[in-house]
Amino acid sequence: MLQALELSKDFGGLTVLQPTSVDFLPGEVHALMGENGAGKSTLMKVLAGLYRPDGGHVEWRGVQADFASPHDALVAGIAMIHQELMPIPDLTVAENITLGAEPCGRFWQINRPAQRQRALELLKELEANIEPDRLMRTLTVAQTQVVEIAKALGRRADVILMDEPTAALSEQEVAALFRSIARLKARGVTIVYTTHKMDEVFKLADRISVLRDGRLVGTSPASELNPAKLIQLMVGRELADIFPVRLPPTDEVLLEVSNLTREPAYRDISFRLHRGEVVALAGLMGAGRTEVVSAIYGLQPATSGEIRFKGRPLSLRDPQDALAAGIGMVTEDRKGLGLIPALGLGQNVTLTALREFCRGQMIDHKAEAVAIRSRVAEFTIKATSPSQPIAQLSGGNQQKALLARCLLGDPDLIILDEPTRGIDIGAKAEIYSAIQGLARSGKAVLLVSSELPEALSLAHRIVVLRRGSVAATLDAATADQETVLRHAMPL
Amino acid sequence: MPALDRHLLHRFGLLLVILAVGLGLSFVTDTFLSVANLTNVARQVSINGILAVGVTFVLLTAGVDLSLGSVVALSGVACATFAHPGDHTVFIPIAVGLLTGAACGLVNGVLVTRGGVAPFIVTLGMMTIARGLALIFSGGRPVANMSSELTSLAGDFLGVPIPVLCFASVATGAWFFLRNFRLGRHIYAVGGNENAARAAGVPVERVKLFAYGLCGLLTGLAGVVLAARITTGQPNAGQAYELDAIAAVVIGGTSLAGGVGTITGTLLGVLLIGEINNGLDLMGVSSYFQAVIKGVIIVGAVWLDRRQSRS
Repeated sequence: MLQALELSKDFGGLTVLQPTSVDFLPGEVHALMGENGAGKSTLMKVLAGLYRPDGGHVEWRGVQADFASPHDALVAGIAMIHQELMPIPDLTVAENITLGAEPCGRFWQINRPAQRQRALELLKELEANIEPDRLMRTLTVAQTQVVEIAKALGRRADVILMDEPTAALSEQEVAALFRSIARLKARGVTIVYTTHKMDEVFKLADRISVLRDGRLVGTSPASELNPAKLIQLMVGRELADIFPVRLPPTDEVLLEVSNLTREPAYRDISFRLHRGEVVALAGLMGAGRTEVVSAIYGLQPATSGEIRFKGRPLSLRDPQDALAAGIGMVTEDRKGLGLIPALGLGQNVTLTALREFCRGQMIDHKAEAVAIRSRVAEFTIKATSPSQPIAQLSGGNQQKALLARCLLGDPDLIILDEPTRGIDIGAKAEIYSAIQGLARSGKAVLLVSSELPEALSLAHRIVVLRRGSVAATLDAATADQETVLRHAMPL
Repeated sequence: MPALDRHLLHRFGLLLVILAVGLGLSFVTDTFLSVANLTNVARQVSINGILAVGVTFVLLTAGVDLSLGSVVALSGVACATFAHPGDHTVFIPIAVGLLTGAACGLVNGVLVTRGGVAPFIVTLGMMTIARGLALIFSGGRPVANMSSELTSLAGDFLGVPIPVLCFASVATGAWFFLRNFRLGRHIYAVGGNENAARAAGVPVERVKLFAYGLCGLLTGLAGVVLAARITTGQPNAGQAYELDAIAAVVIGGTSLAGGVGTITGTLLGVLLIGEINNGLDLMGVSSYFQAVIKGVIIVGAVWLDRRQSRS
């Protein structure tokens, strides 16, 4: 029914999707599996008309389809639920659900009662109890997700693409979603599904396609796979290979956070970090991990609580204070809070520690060039020259450049917020070994990672956050993914 | 193609356009290609050039300054008020003019950084405030009777017009500064991605304050030079000067979105606009038509450039 034929996609010279062919059958649940950055979301977005393919094409009901926009795809019968939620915060739930397909009267005026009724029906189908007149911005992340799903259901689409729909949902909500997926399937609707949760895949999927590094590894019936086989296909090698060995941390406390609070994001956060130690903050989306580390870097100061660093209390108003004290950070939001896109790779790397390559107020261009050359070599950053605009580099190289920027100032505490999101496995391995190298040299690393295997293998201890509070502090050597998840899930 | 090469191409292309227009004008008119006229062009572009260099700093931080013309008038009036013969040494009125401009720029900067008001609105407000102050201080009449020491600033030094020397040194200094000073690098970083720059430890507020302050200071300089040239402090002078200055900067390849641009580009943009103004004058085109033609050329030049850089 829906076919991807040799689809490929590049972003600024980086191929994120190699020519890939997959066919999707009517009434099947087809799971797309792969690591972050494997190309699942890209493939979905091409199918949904959000991206134009750079090669190949989409075939829809046996005819070549050139969806120029998501609207075209929607009209043809293909709807997508996005991983990054896209609600309009100041419209009501009902208005969001019927957006672009509002029931209208004779004079194109919106038929409010019909609109409300329609929203109610769709929410009921998802067994969700959300008042249609509420403003979207007052909803929780989970409720927002449900509304987005209702919106896609309302399009009477023949194909629904779901990009990690359960990432933020509670167990009951997931169960309700699965029941409506079963009903859709019975109606002959095709569901294309991505998730990071193994149990879901085997509960739901009829067939599974595995992507790795932008390449299709293969498609097979779910009955022919098991979790271990699937992981092996996704990763392509044993995960243990890429994680370097941990050394025990020292006893010297470097960072001590007590009762850190900024309502409503987080409250009473307390933990310690020793020299030589890696501590990971784990938790679901919206648990407050990024907000907590942002406070320790001065990006968004806490309203109360204390941060002691090297035994002295710190007052952090902005990142300059943190950097001066010896705290560095690589932010999660690479585009928004990391890169200066128009500046060259080299100038991006030296931005934070520029003072060290200055005589007075003037830049010593020679010293700067030497430092850039050595860092580019050390972190194996691939670029045509140090002056190449950083926006043109691949995600992995950008990330390594930002890590180099952070480390150039020689901070004692390094905060890494999702340092391996959306980068290839090679760059990941290099960042992992850099993290262990830092710990070994007596520095401390505070890591935020949504990938539990990563957090468990890199960190000495895991601090689990749940809805803005510390739910547990676990020893990474004895904890497993299930234990962490159990603490992370809202009760 | 790497951005550096593109910039080079852009500047080279602009240089070709300037030469082509010059060549055309020297055929169409018999006066364009004469020492007297070219000196005149250089003299005419100096004020716009000084303003354009100043506003380049502001545009690089992704800001804008619409108050240039009014601040030119206010600085001119302030300067002329202290420049009556026998009142003070010549340095006092010059300093008063410069400081008036710098003060206006700093007020803009403080409101943008501390106040969090959009640069467009802040400088729009300053545009009418400065004009109003110029009218108040002068009583609405030109401030005449300036000392010959000050008006001699519009004269020559070793055969070169002093305004041209001012423009040349301002442009050279700005070029050197943006290239070699930490603060210069920070200006590009703030304009390229303000939040990322802040997260990287760049003192964003101070950088912006500096850009607006420096722009104001140079606007003050332009005000003093203009007053010297027209030998009065004119409260109605400088109308719409900001438009020519911003147009020159943008034609020179500086992005209104910030973070991209060079002083050499601005210099070429200033020259192109000056050349066009002069050419239209020489050809006897009426000022009504001049306005239309200039507008078309400005939008056309930037449109061509953006189309080129997109492909």
